[in-house]
Amino acid sequence: MIQHTSRLCKGYLSKKESDASDDLNSELFTLTYGALVTQLCKDYENDEEVNKQLDKMGYNIGVRLIEDFLARSSIGRCQDFRETADVIAKVAFKMYLGITPSVTNWSPAGDELSLILESNPLVDFVELPDNHSSLVYSNLLCGVLRGALEMVQMAVDVKFAQDTLRGDNVTEIRMKFIKRMEENLPAGDE
Amino acid sequence: MTVHNLYIFDRNGSCLHYGEWNRKKQAGISKEEEFKLMYGMLFSIRSFCSKMSPLDMKDGFLTFQTSKYKLHYYETATGIKIIMNTDLGVPNAKDILHQIYSTVSMGGVSNPVSLSPSPSLLSLSFLSPPSSLSLSLSHSHCM
Repeated sequence: MIQHTSRLCKGYLSKKESDASDDLNSELFTLTYGALVTQLCKDYENDEEVNKQLDKMGYNIGVRLIEDFLARSSIGRCQDFRETADVIAKVAFKMYLGITPSVTNWSPAGDELSLILESNPLVDFVELPDNHSSLVYSNLLCGVLRGALEMVQMAVDVKFAQDTLRGDNVTEIRMKFIKRMEENLPAGDE
Repeated sequence: MTVHNLYIFDRNGSCLHYGEWNRKKQAGISKEEEFKLMYGMLFSIRSFCSKMSPLDMKDGFLTFQTSKYKLHYYETATGIKIIMNTDLGVPNAKDILHQIYSTVSMGGVSNPVSLSPSPSLLSLSFLSPPSSLSLSLSHSHCM
């Protein structure tokens, strides 16, 4: 499952200007993700468990995707969480999903923010049936963000606050900065 | 431009790759010890530079040189460290090292069965006559 999705995501990286084959790729991506979630639902039969699996798979993708992102975007280390959020919304989302969420709803302490997605390529053509009301369909994205940021020494908590699939007007991802992870010297002779 | 050798370390200090082209003198210790020495030295020198810097630090430690060779250092935000020893004629290898990183990290992502979080490279073969740097990298799956 993880293997399939990593290959999936790598295959559909970098959305350029639309043309017929790009639209085809975009739909293929959406449909393949849908097939993945459907299979997980069959395998686990429990929405909470599927949400957890999606998060875990996303995490595994994120820890690898960050290297690809850094290689392609040539972006250096961000100075603070605000800069990080901007890079995620304007560069990373654009590069991998072709959308640019807006960064809003900063907490007063500056450690929590919302990413508002006007559209979400993962959920084109998707409707949630009534018996899956607690399924967080795009939870893979939360895992990806968490995994990628962990590899650049930031521990974050990411979850969906609003979801158009569950009747809300917009899709909102809430990201909370937990702590900066310190660099450790590997255990040596000293 | 002459490239003497190249080290690539992951964020935990393990040496992912070592390549040698034009090294006239060995260190006199085992390769394992040499990698530990290199990584430890870099950790210390970066910490030193950041502590002793008279100005606010931007990029931190970049290179050092002796009368014979120059060591170039490049670190990504994910802790991948690339070190290249060259002759003294190379002013700034940052772009080259970034290019090496780009080429190499693509291999990591496209390998879906790779189990470790950091890209695991099995073979990088460089074709480089000593006077020019032309890199050809080949990746193989780690399993």
